[in-house]
Amino acid sequence: MKNKYSIFSLIKNAFSYHENWEKAWKDPEPKKEYDVIIIGGGGHGLATAYYLAKKHNMRKIAVVEKGWIGGGNTGRNTTIIRSNYLWDASAGLYDHALKIWEGLSQELNYNVMFSQRGVMNLAHNLQDVRDLKRRTHANRLNGIDAVYLNTEEVKKFCPIINTSPDIRYPVLGGTLQKRAGTARHDAVAWGYARGADEMGVDIIQNCEVKGIKRNGDAIEGIETTKGFIKTNKIGVVAAGHSSVIANMAGLRLPLESKPLQALVSEPVKPIIDTVVMSNAVHAYVSQSDKGELVIGAGTDDYVSYSQKGSHDIVEGTLNAILELYPIFSRMRMLRQWGGIVDICPDASPIISKTSIKGLYFNCGWGTGGFKATPGSGDLFAHTIANDEPHKLNAAFNLNRFVSGDLVDEHGAAAVAH
Amino acid sequence: MFLINCPFCGEREQSEFKAGGEAHIVRPKQPTELSDDQWAEYLFMRKNIKGIQFERWNHIHGCRKWFNMVRDTSNDEIKAVYKMGEKPPVK
Amino acid sequence: MTKNLRVKSSKLVDETYRISFKFNGTTYYGFKGDTLASALLANNIHLVGRSFKYHRPRGIMTAGSEEPNAIVQLHNGTSRTEPNVRATEIEIYEGLVASSQNCWPSVKFDIGGINNFLSPLLPAGFYYKTFMWPASFWEKYEYFIRKSAGLGKSPEVPDPDIYEHKYIHCDVLIIGAGISGIIAAKTAAKNGFKTLLVEEKSYLGGSTIYQDSEFFKINNQSTASWLEKEINEIKKIENLEIKTRTSVAAFHGYNFLLARENLIDHLPLEQRENKTRQKLLKIRAKKVITATGSIERPLIFDNNDRPGILLSSAVKKYADLFGVACGEKNILFTNNDSAYETAISLIQKGIKVQAIIDNREEVDSKLIKETEKNNIKIYKGYTIVDTFGYKRINSVSIMKLSQDGQKVIGSKENISCDSLGISGGWTPAVHLFTQSGGKLKFRNDDQVFIPNTYPSNQISIGSCNGDFTLDEILMNALKLLKEFLNIKKTEYENIELYSAFNKSKRNIWLLPSNKIVGKTKSFVDFQNDATAKDIKLALREGFRSIEHVKRYTTTGMGTDQGKLGNMHALGIISETASSKMGELGTTTFRPPYTPLTFGTIVGRNVGKYFDIIRKTPIHEWHVKNKAEFENVGQWKRAWYYPQNGENMHQAVQRESKAARDSAGILDASTLGKIDIQGTDASEFLNRVYTNAWSKLEIGKCRYGLMLNEDGMVYDDGVTTRLDENHYIMTTTTGGAATVLNKMEDYLQTEWPELDVYLTSVTDHYATISICGPNSKKIIQKVIPEIDLSDKDFPHMSFKNSKIGKMKCRVMRISFTGEQSYEINIQANYAKSVWENCMEAGKEFNITPYGTETMHLLRAEKGFIIVGQDTDATMTPIDLQMDWIVSKKKFDFIGKRSLYRSDTIREDRKQLVGLITDNPKEILEEGAQIVADINKTPIEMLGHVTSSYFSPNLNKSIALGVIKGGKNMMGQKLIIPMEKKLINVTVTDPVFLDKENKRLNA
Repeated sequence: MKNKYSIFSLIKNAFSYHENWEKAWKDPEPKKEYDVIIIGGGGHGLATAYYLAKKHNMRKIAVVEKGWIGGGNTGRNTTIIRSNYLWDASAGLYDHALKIWEGLSQELNYNVMFSQRGVMNLAHNLQDVRDLKRRTHANRLNGIDAVYLNTEEVKKFCPIINTSPDIRYPVLGGTLQKRAGTARHDAVAWGYARGADEMGVDIIQNCEVKGIKRNGDAIEGIETTKGFIKTNKIGVVAAGHSSVIANMAGLRLPLESKPLQALVSEPVKPIIDTVVMSNAVHAYVSQSDKGELVIGAGTDDYVSYSQKGSHDIVEGTLNAILELYPIFSRMRMLRQWGGIVDICPDASPIISKTSIKGLYFNCGWGTGGFKATPGSGDLFAHTIANDEPHKLNAAFNLNRFVSGDLVDEHGAAAVAH
Repeated sequence: MFLINCPFCGEREQSEFKAGGEAHIVRPKQPTELSDDQWAEYLFMRKNIKGIQFERWNHIHGCRKWFNMVRDTSNDEIKAVYKMGEKPPVK
Repeated sequence: MTKNLRVKSSKLVDETYRISFKFNGTTYYGFKGDTLASALLANNIHLVGRSFKYHRPRGIMTAGSEEPNAIVQLHNGTSRTEPNVRATEIEIYEGLVASSQNCWPSVKFDIGGINNFLSPLLPAGFYYKTFMWPASFWEKYEYFIRKSAGLGKSPEVPDPDIYEHKYIHCDVLIIGAGISGIIAAKTAAKNGFKTLLVEEKSYLGGSTIYQDSEFFKINNQSTASWLEKEINEIKKIENLEIKTRTSVAAFHGYNFLLARENLIDHLPLEQRENKTRQKLLKIRAKKVITATGSIERPLIFDNNDRPGILLSSAVKKYADLFGVACGEKNILFTNNDSAYETAISLIQKGIKVQAIIDNREEVDSKLIKETEKNNIKIYKGYTIVDTFGYKRINSVSIMKLSQDGQKVIGSKENISCDSLGISGGWTPAVHLFTQSGGKLKFRNDDQVFIPNTYPSNQISIGSCNGDFTLDEILMNALKLLKEFLNIKKTEYENIELYSAFNKSKRNIWLLPSNKIVGKTKSFVDFQNDATAKDIKLALREGFRSIEHVKRYTTTGMGTDQGKLGNMHALGIISETASSKMGELGTTTFRPPYTPLTFGTIVGRNVGKYFDIIRKTPIHEWHVKNKAEFENVGQWKRAWYYPQNGENMHQAVQRESKAARDSAGILDASTLGKIDIQGTDASEFLNRVYTNAWSKLEIGKCRYGLMLNEDGMVYDDGVTTRLDENHYIMTTTTGGAATVLNKMEDYLQTEWPELDVYLTSVTDHYATISICGPNSKKIIQKVIPEIDLSDKDFPHMSFKNSKIGKMKCRVMRISFTGEQSYEINIQANYAKSVWENCMEAGKEFNITPYGTETMHLLRAEKGFIIVGQDTDATMTPIDLQMDWIVSKKKFDFIGKRSLYRSDTIREDRKQLVGLITDNPKEILEEGAQIVADINKTPIEMLGHVTSSYFSPNLNKSIALGVIKGGKNMMGQKLIIPMEKKLINVTVTDPVFLDKENKRLNA
């Protein structure tokens, strides 16, 4: 690596007042033609380009991004990483990603600050308990390190949770995956960009795709704000805007794009050193290295590309936060923002070929795509390079919406009698 | 937080409403005659438009009536509302 | 060190009212009206905190909510402690205790200060480049990083204060009560608009209220005295509501705004009990007038962050409004006329101005002339290149600027000082405007972003609209107001204005230095320690967009959200990258404008008001009889009734046995009940349920299963035909609302031709279910007039009847497999009827049972619970309930989905019974089921959905779903638990009374 990052390079550069660092990635103008073009310069797209170059020996690769890399959901999410999913297909996919996360900083020579501080999921009613136990058993047999905790164990692992039996929906138990945790979102995009750039991938920012040129069932290239670029293979990883790109190619996808909001508090000294998620009392919280409480809110129920959601969602989320953490009442919300998530009917992603030869989609990650970034990139690269899915993403095909073989991660549908 | 003009009740807070997805997807009259692909098209595939979208809303905490809305999903500007069964206003 | 820097009388503080407070353990005094910042400055204290990254000493920089440095921990006891409070916003009160943050052991001697010396190793983004070796060590590094990050401390006990929400609907909302806000409020209110004026400070009038000199006049009075009269006048207007200490946090679409009204934080602690602390105002305004003013820009030069360096406007405000001198030897450094206003105020108050450094070469205005008259040395065309003094500034180095302003020339000159006021011109406070979706344009003349297009019915007036001089502010505001409010004239038509202010400005984003930039620390973000060289480094490394630079350097991400430095960051980027300002865009201003307390956002909905509790009309009886409760959705349901110290298992065993041996009674009122009427009611049921309904006789009941359109089981329940065109449907407890909504949806949108009306009657009727061999006798006692003979009243039928004068419906339906009756009675009679049943059943040992026993009893019969034995992946065929799926019906919701390639697979997961080899072994619900434990990867066939010890069969029973289970009867399988393997046999899911004899027993 031309410009390897380490404490030694920092010291060396300190002597020249840091005026000799090289660009982390170049900012090239598009070439006339590429072997493959990735639409979308978020974490997933950049990772896809990185693995195409690294593992599949492809060289003429471009990533086109309408804004700036990592500026979509990659830079807007609450950075939770876990793999304790119920279904075999999901567990396989997310644990593949988790394993890559575990060595990613070293692989990219870029500190993505993957912090395995554990993720706890809480149960608040008897069906939650059944569901979490079911998932824990499945995780164990799938080789995923999840354990079930009773209320006392929950309290022990995260003492600031209100585990009083007198609250409206008491904590009845929970699961813990210790290998799970958080990472620094921007660093993931930047690290992959730097790695991909080093292998010759062109990362083209401020280049919006305006059309997809087809010749019958084959791809000929893309129209962009920087002109026409020729290619026979396109991988679309444009979370939020997947349907917009699909429409350009004359496809419809089983997606709806909805606002998802998140917020952070002002920074404080360490107060919570794990990630706690609760579905029934809708509240996700962790604390960033900077000290901010990072809180994930829910989605609105309408389609929107405005990157804004309704205040009710934020209010409801903080409502839940104060129910579980009454000590946070005097903390203050510093920033609140919205992203656009495209959601599949079964809440599982699509990493798939399409009916158009050379056109591949990676989308539908809903609210949980960040955690899959490295795995998603790796498997999507495999799918594009071989024109066949890897066995780990085979279940996440588009045909499942026709056959009915969904990967339903919504969990239990209704509450018991 | 939108201010929605329910065609039956007038302007009300968004909190009183629930969105119901893309409008004018007619349930097939004879589902059994559709292929799996055609059925999937009805069941799952959506335009998911960025821009002017025709969609269904329900005044769920009000008159409980369903109605249609024309909204620009790129900036959430509501262009029109109209009752179920009425012809959509032309763009 | 301790000095009194209070000068003579001031606008805001009441010098007859002394208040004592503690800061870092020492007691000081201030006056009523002081902020913590003004009181500290009066005591000659500038050093208030330490910066985030380098732990550099930092002082008070501003006099408002844009303060980046002077943030403290407020104590107020452990439960009311609060981190990161701006000293510039705290109004002091008796008993105030505050301390510095982010320093140890003290703000004066902070170990973390070592970071300042390590700073060459800590450029922007250094953490991305290191801490990667050894690989497993990140969490260990991170532990120390986290400890040194953060600012104040979170409270550790719950908050005793009360918060509230208030909805406000008004014609005109005016944000900001400076001069333009005041005239807008008066104009709107006097023209009949219901007007609300909100102001974040405790007083009205903005910065004009202390602009008391001969250089700024309205109608020949000083602007301050003119405005004072206006304020007194508007306070009397009836349709104008004025709220001070009220800060607008968010401006959403459709003119929906959130504001925080602060009610008690300025009161002495003992006066706060039982009062609402803050109110969140949810404002829906027909028209919004933003008059949020502008924020003074700092200047960016080496070591521009030392305690004692303030914005020039803050120096003026502390003198004019609080009567406090920021120092005894003041220097002002400016690129515009504002600093001269400060100089004149200081001179008026007798505070010494050492010198003024003005980067403009040729300047001429009345203000400058007046300053020169007072023998103050003005260095024209100069810049500061460095400052000195660790914990308080003590001198500055200045040098001459070259003609083009790109470099410094000549030799250095040092001037001593103890305070430095800096002014880089003004930035319009467009935050709320952009939050609302407004688009900005860049004005090149004075390098500001101003509102361009409005997304809703709103305008911006005053300096937030880019009008900075008195005549611009008033003339433009009046013109805009007339248009916006659609009025012909205002009271201010013939107003006479006089202003000595000259607009000239020499804007240099990063002032040149005699050192290379890499050797300087010119702060752009004071709280996060982001410097000009950090921004340049980011650009050098390829981070080009403002958002990238912001994230890489953390510029603008502190608790002040970059209110001071964001513009400079943009400016430095544009200068370095030779791009045009205005083409870069700005960073997004995200809500809230100033941080908003969680408690305020949540309001009253905490603790017992977190969520409503739904209780059945018989709830009190269950409580009295010591039931344990289970939350089912929002309902509280009796779970089991422990007696004499029984645990749950013992209670459930007793209840279950009693229900089968004699009689059990269950409160089933929570089940959803939907009244269905209309000539097409039968046809409607045909379409929503999988089975056929047209031929159901009046007076009969039928079990129905409802699917989603994707073919998966969604809900179930018994529906009874009360009359030709009248049914009553029951749903699951949790599914009631969604079932009704779904049916309404189909009815209104897909099948409007059907004549059907749906009404939820869940809360109107209570349901009392009595089962067991003696149930008939009990019902007969309770309802003597009813004929209960099997012939006249068979299973799955219903009768109208009466209990005394109370009308009731009796259904003979069973979820336990026992002979069973349900009495449906108007809710307000339910408790007494329940008590009647208990009395009548006494001789039969009638036993109340809860949901747990109900679950056990139905599992003995193999009846499913939707949501427990099904998830969203089970079809009726999977449940081995083919019998309920009509083959004849043309269509029903979900029918088509049952014939897709995946849903017709034979080896789908199917519902089966499971019997453990060891009859005493109770399986864990959720446990996975496998055939071959040695296979890798291990193949999970399914899982246990329901599991109980059956006292009636005296063995454990379980239901589960298994791949291809339908064809695996009798097969041995394994449940691999964490520490053991459990052997089970696949069976039919019906464990008890397969012939249904007990229904008529």
